Amino acid sequence: MRNAKTVTLRVLKYILLLILSLISVFPFLWMIICATNTAVDVNRGKLTFGTHLIENLTALFSPDLNFPRALLNSAVVAVITTVLALLISSMAGYGFEVFRSRGRDRVFNFLLISMMIPFCALMIPLYRMFSALNRAGLTAIGLDTYVSVIVPVIATAFLIFFFRQNTKSFPRDILEAARIDGLNELSIFFRMYMPVMKSTYAAGAIITFMNSWNSYLWPLVALQSENMRTVPLVLSAMGSSYTPDYGMIMAGIIIATLPTALIFFVMQKQFVAGMLGSVK
Amino acid sequence: MQEEIDLSGKLKRNGGGRAAKTPGKTMRAGPLERRLGMWGWGFTALGTFLILMFVFYPMVQALILSFQTGRGANLRFAGTANYARIFTDDILWKALGNTFIYLIIQVPVMILLALVISTLLNDRKLRFRGLFRVAIFLPCVTSLVSYSLIMKSIFSNDGLFNQILMGLHLIDSPILWTTDAFWARALIILSITWRWTGYNMIFYLSGLQNIDPSIYEAADIDGANAWHKFWHITVPMLRPIILFTTITSTIGTLQLFDEVMNITQGGPANATITISQYIYNLCFKYSPNFGYAAAVAFIVVLIILALSFLQLRIGGDRRDA
Repeated sequence: MRNAKTVTLRVLKYILLLILSLISVFPFLWMIICATNTAVDVNRGKLTFGTHLIENLTALFSPDLNFPRALLNSAVVAVITTVLALLISSMAGYGFEVFRSRGRDRVFNFLLISMMIPFCALMIPLYRMFSALNRAGLTAIGLDTYVSVIVPVIATAFLIFFFRQNTKSFPRDILEAARIDGLNELSIFFRMYMPVMKSTYAAGAIITFMNSWNSYLWPLVALQSENMRTVPLVLSAMGSSYTPDYGMIMAGIIIATLPTALIFFVMQKQFVAGMLGSVK
Repeated sequence: MQEEIDLSGKLKRNGGGRAAKTPGKTMRAGPLERRLGMWGWGFTALGTFLILMFVFYPMVQALILSFQTGRGANLRFAGTANYARIFTDDILWKALGNTFIYLIIQVPVMILLALVISTLLNDRKLRFRGLFRVAIFLPCVTSLVSYSLIMKSIFSNDGLFNQILMGLHLIDSPILWTTDAFWARALIILSITWRWTGYNMIFYLSGLQNIDPSIYEAADIDGANAWHKFWHITVPMLRPIILFTTITSTIGTLQLFDEVMNITQGGPANATITISQYIYNLCFKYSPNFGYAAAVAFIVVLIILALSFLQLRIGGDRRDA
């Protein structure tokens, strides 16, 4: 009897996990199906592949939508943000851990408070800061520029904390040996630390790139001209029309999801490590 | 002075002979310590500066702004008028109410679901473990805007989900997912749960790996069933991680914006509007009222601080109590 019960439980377990997996994966399948159908078919809930993929892609890349420009904007913003964020945050995280002092520990703890501050509270002053630059004639670094969407998000307490935690596992012997060899601290950081911490950088890069590639609220506020809009802004604008062309939108969503999905499948371990951040 | 003592102490442990030469009694740092101290500030300066400049400085600005009034850039001090207005602002109370509905229903459901899934997946004998894990985690690769639009299309009035429900004869007429207040909220909750359950699951799975399997084996010998093991071993052992995910989910829910903006636009009749969206509307949709918007934003800051504190008290280490 007991055996029959455990078998039933096991089967139930598999069924439950299968249902949950299907629910998780289904919207992706739906997105791909929709990209091959007309908007009318999507609205009717058609669940089979259609023949409208080329038309949807053509509509998506029609000159008046400027979708390639949005892709370029997103790529430029995400890549620059990632490179600068990694450089600055890893230096800070390294600095706080390797050159520990009570003063710097206090500064670090103070920086951590910033993780509790909601972005909606910063949005208004940030908007005013950048529009003040525009009024002062500094339009190159004011609103509606790459600078305005990149600079405020380069340094985050999260990433600094992430690097600091991971620096704890950086072997001190290397540091001491390099110092005795007469390497200065910057060379130690660039020539010893960076290569050793490759996987930490990969994890940090993934999470930063994803956040930047997908970010919506701040770009929505800071970027106003059509030419500067990033992919999420364009998709959102398409979706908010009275009769959204879902076939075209889904084609756009597939393209927008491709980079992050690829990164996930190729670098699963670092992807998860980035998400887990500093909890472990 | 404090930091220099600390630093030289540290150096003595790590650096051996070189640092030991510095006379510790005088409480003065030697040239090496001072040099390393300078490097320390050098390495941390830029990151610290940027956070001060783009988080703490705007925060102070928001506080000042919340006591000012006026349209656009013409601002004058108005005392506590903005904060007084909060009490009579129906839309704000609606936004607060909605946010709390999302918080009270969505966060516990998602966390419990994530806990159950991770417990199921933590079984070494389970087949297709990796496959299940990847599938359930997959929603995390989508952007918030993208998945919102996908959900919106699945749950449109004549859309797929209503078709399926009607095909199964579960409902007679379509559920008005985006135009009925109750169902619109339900859709937002469903969507967020879809997107974030796998994310939380990953945290619990990593926590479960640190639990010694012999604890479960001992429980098996004592005749504990799965239910007992879940509530008496898994949940207490994962307590710090549950606390962490609860706090991050709470902060996330209080900042909810992308989903409502893209699924329901806050409608119908503000039935799904969130605080972040209301702040956005106050600044960029209605005629801009930055002062009042800043006051509303400050309320969010206070709520986040209060809730995080509360959760730390409730979920924190019970050994103190």
